[in-house]
Amino acid sequence: MKKLSPSECAAQCKVIRRHIIEMLCAAGSGHPGGSLSATELVTAIYFHFLNQDPAQPEAPDRDRFILSKGHGVPVQYACMAERGYFPVSELATLRKIDSRLQGHPVKGALPGIEASTGALGQGLSIACGHALAGQLDGAAFRVYCLLGDGEINEGQVWEAALFAAHRRLDNLIAIVDANALQLDGRCTEILNIEPLAAKWTAFGWHVIELDGHDLPAIYAALEEALAHRGQPTCLVARTVKGKGVSFMENQVEWHGVAPTAEQARQALAEIG
Amino acid sequence: MRNAFAACLEELAAQDPRIVLLSGDIGNRLFDRFKERFPGRFYNCGVAEANMTGVAAGLAKAGLRPLTYTITPFNTTRCLEFIKLDICAHRLPVVVVGVGAGLSYAELGPTHHACDDLGLLGLLPDLTLLCPADARETRAALRAALAHAGPCYLRLGKKGEPDVFDAEPPFEIGALRPLRAGREVVLLTYGPLLPEVLAAGAALDATVVAVPTVKPLDTAGLAALAATGRLVTVEEHALRGGLGAAVAAWLAASGQPARLLTLGVPDQFLVTAGGQEAQRAACGIDTAGIVAQVRTWRQQLGDVT
Ligand SMILES: Cc1ncc(C[n+]2csc(CCOP(=O)(O)OP(=O)(O)O)c2C)c(N)n1
Ligand SMILES: [Mg+2]
Repeated sequence: MKKLSPSECAAQCKVIRRHIIEMLCAAGSGHPGGSLSATELVTAIYFHFLNQDPAQPEAPDRDRFILSKGHGVPVQYACMAERGYFPVSELATLRKIDSRLQGHPVKGALPGIEASTGALGQGLSIACGHALAGQLDGAAFRVYCLLGDGEINEGQVWEAALFAAHRRLDNLIAIVDANALQLDGRCTEILNIEPLAAKWTAFGWHVIELDGHDLPAIYAALEEALAHRGQPTCLVARTVKGKGVSFMENQVEWHGVAPTAEQARQALAEIG
Repeated sequence: MRNAFAACLEELAAQDPRIVLLSGDIGNRLFDRFKERFPGRFYNCGVAEANMTGVAAGLAKAGLRPLTYTITPFNTTRCLEFIKLDICAHRLPVVVVGVGAGLSYAELGPTHHACDDLGLLGLLPDLTLLCPADARETRAALRAALAHAGPCYLRLGKKGEPDVFDAEPPFEIGALRPLRAGREVVLLTYGPLLPEVLAAGAALDATVVAVPTVKPLDTAGLAALAATGRLVTVEEHALRGGLGAAVAAWLAASGQPARLLTLGVPDQFLVTAGGQEAQRAACGIDTAGIVAQVRTWRQQLGDVT
């Protein structure tokens, strides 16, 4: 794979955002906010860091990417299509009958999806299992796991956090898409999860706090995480929900509704 | 159904100060009026359903009448042990409300399909399972649940279900609800699938009986229906663990000579995307699928040629 530089990745992010808008509009339902907030994070992983061959997504030595916040799957489908896991034209089948593109990721339905997620809070435990298996085998692969800041209300996430630190799973990188919103409102109003960095630190993780839309910062943080030994790393990525589309940015209403054709036109014009 | 639930709960909360609503990062707008009218009686517990279930148990132990509300799988199967021990084993009057019964959220994928909730919750002693079909029956079932002394599960669809009842029907926990008289088989069903079954009943000249209480089952009522000799259960739930399985077990033990056909969701994860209508059709539980399968069955039985 050709690894994109941060500036090339920025151009790719535009393409990804366009796909997100178009596929959600075609499906008539889905989650734009959390797909757009995670665009730089997921695009950087797929186009620079993730050591995976789209033609052999089950290769034992592949890096693993687990989208624990499964509702954000449009951003993953868009990246996978652009990386050649399946034809870009298939994006338009999202959520339609007989499609491989389910509303949440389903392992087995589409090669390259690592785990079935969508019930929040479960992905980091599966990621721990992969990382532990890699540690036992002395394998070189890395495990990336993307979580939402509302998702990590779930107690299971903190069970996984304890486990990963206790087992010194330094091949595991958790990334929190900290967009400060969950389904029903601001995280601080629904169930406060802050201070995030202090929590992960207290749980024994190496923590890097960064701007989750700043590609050079994302690259630097992931490089640091890959080099860090003896602890799992957590990136607390500060993001804007709905990033890139002015009328969606920071609007909780855009958590789980698709744009109309007119709204999609406007969104695409803004993304460029 | 969820709008009817919210409106009716507001009415009931005005009469009963013990009513407290807990939700799992959902429903803020749905319950805006409730929150406004009853400050301190709505708690959004975040994406933390296990804790919400335990908190409801504690509130009920203190004499309140809590309800927990979120998307079906996350409020039911995810919390199974907490419902079992914290609520049922304490015999507490908590109402667990699942929104998105069966294939309501089909297009969201298997994590959001809820076709195993009745089977798993049905194993819990003392838990009453209530499955209304439309907005008006939802109101009636909610009233019954809040008047009941023990734990209840209320299985709701989402919104915009077609109306079956033109007025709020009486609701007696544990009673069958005959809806249509016909000369051929007896179709038994519950929940928002009812309109499909009523249409099938009309096409087949069948009797249609709703079973809004899936547990406890009205076995006396079933015995009377079994005398007709031909029972069919139709449900938006897995065949295993649903109404069909319960009726089959009862029928086998009762020694009644009736034959039984069970229609429902097959024993597999549904991974072909598609919305509720498409998935109902794929599972053969839409009107056309019900009619076709009942006709084939009756030919096999030799009832018709
Ligand atoms: C266990 C579980 N509970 C509830 C939901 C419903 N739900 C879907 S997304 C969401 C909010 C998630 O917030 P966050 O993790 O912050 O996601 P983001 O802001 O990145 O979209 C909720 C409650 C779910 N999918 N799984
Ligand atoms: Mg969030």
